[in-house]
Amino acid sequence: MLSLNDPMIKRSIIMDHYENPRNKGLVDDPRYLKVNMNSESCIDDIDIQILIENNIIKDFRFDGVGCTISTASTSILSELVIGCSVEEAYQIIKEYDNMIKEEPFNSDLLQEAVVFKDVSKQANRIKCAMIGFNGLLELLDSLKG
Amino acid sequence: MLDINKIRKEFPMLDNKTMQDHPLVYFDNAATSLKPSCVIEAMNDYYYNFNSNVHRGDYDLAAKADKTYESTREIVAKFINCSNNEVVFTSGTTQSLNLVAFGYALNNLKENDEIILNEAEHASNILPWYEIANKLKLKIVFAPLNSLGEVDISSLEKLINEKTKIISIAYVSNVLGSTNDIKTITKIAHNHNIVVVVDAAQAVPHKKVDVKDLDCDFLAFSGHKLCGPTGIGVLYGKYDLLCKTSSMQLGGGMNAKFDSCQNMLLKKPPYKFEGGTPAIAEVIGLAQAINYLNNIGMDDIESYEKELKHYAINKLKELDNIEIYNENNDSGIIAFNIKNVFCQDAGSYFNSQGIAVRSGHHCAKLLPNFLNVIGTVRASLYFYNTKEEIDRFVEVCKHGGDFLDAFFK
Repeated sequence: MLSLNDPMIKRSIIMDHYENPRNKGLVDDPRYLKVNMNSESCIDDIDIQILIENNIIKDFRFDGVGCTISTASTSILSELVIGCSVEEAYQIIKEYDNMIKEEPFNSDLLQEAVVFKDVSKQANRIKCAMIGFNGLLELLDSLKG
Repeated sequence: MLDINKIRKEFPMLDNKTMQDHPLVYFDNAATSLKPSCVIEAMNDYYYNFNSNVHRGDYDLAAKADKTYESTREIVAKFINCSNNEVVFTSGTTQSLNLVAFGYALNNLKENDEIILNEAEHASNILPWYEIANKLKLKIVFAPLNSLGEVDISSLEKLINEKTKIISIAYVSNVLGSTNDIKTITKIAHNHNIVVVVDAAQAVPHKKVDVKDLDCDFLAFSGHKLCGPTGIGVLYGKYDLLCKTSSMQLGGGMNAKFDSCQNMLLKKPPYKFEGGTPAIAEVIGLAQAINYLNNIGMDDIESYEKELKHYAINKLKELDNIEIYNENNDSGIIAFNIKNVFCQDAGSYFNSQGIAVRSGHHCAKLLPNFLNVIGTVRASLYFYNTKEEIDRFVEVCKHGGDFLDAFFK
């Protein structure tokens, strides 16, 4: 597991995902579910697409404008959930939410996403750190009808 | 010459406050100003010593409340040089502009009429117009900006035609701090019988504003940006135009009489706009704030802010990692970015260093088209800020590339 005590490693992970975001760029495919997310506390404006087949998240794409925290967290989320079942994705979102709220969480499930553990030090960036997770939650909830 | 040390002692928020374990540097004055003790105490005095409603009491306390409330109208009128009955109390600039759009324009404009705005305007001077344009099928036209971000007068003139009915424009832009030439614009507009609405939220706190000299038809500003309380603002309107403006607030205190046949007779302006119990404490606080500014002197405030702005710009220009978007205007607003740092990341970084600035699009969501950036950081100064605070700010700017420090302290 990633050390929570090494700020330099955490910083380099955030910058790497900010400068080289994974799964960025939307696809023109009607099978994808799509949501637009924007934050009240930031000028983040991000579109998220997911492709679900047989209860498995086959793909997660995002694009738009965002600060370092929103871009990097959404990029890390995309890598975390591709290949997961819907239920596993819900669990990841829940653990992440716990971490941001400074409650006990399962760091093994969050992998690189633990770099955002201290985001609450900057209250205005909490929504940025949640934007991708909240978007995914909205898309997964929409499947329930 | 301002006695800054004395002034700073009058603001509780400037008394050794810290943010993220650093001394607080408050550079978000374009969003809201800090309040001196005299304003807070004046409001407390009302609640502690003569709490009662205005306009309707037969007892001494109410008479005192009424007198103090109404005397504010006179203080405001003198402050902007108009008559007492041309001062309407609102909740702020937003409500003032909405009152012009929904109270005046909705009742006096017709299909295909045109309203001229510009891309530097705050949401509160765009969205009410969009809404009534949709209702009445009006056309909204955007006047081009010059390189300083001011509305270009000759281009504006070319947009005017016989259908143009309103020009609504900020005196000072809340993002760029650029100042529009309102006097020239009203002169041109009045040759074509066009009504000029001025959003003066960023002007009235910082310089002498004289509505007669400007000859504007409506002018809106807020109390909380000029050391007054939140929840109180002013709409100035020429009296004949206020008479043509409908009230958005019908109820107690604004009617003269009504009967069961749906007849109602409203009071005259400004009272017909002020239905319901008004923000009495806030109005009293506003009076104190204006008295406070008058005692310091609006001209001195303006020249000191200009000095601070130029001091800051010269210092910032020595740094090679700062991009400034408005170095050539005199208002205390500095619009900038730290190169290669997203504006809101910079905002968090400044917070982590105890410096309060704004980042984003500052409610002027059309302006990025003009600046060609997604957003900016805005440091906005007021007369209680100091060169020492600017030095600290510039020092923090130098290290802006380390913005992730904000999360790993």
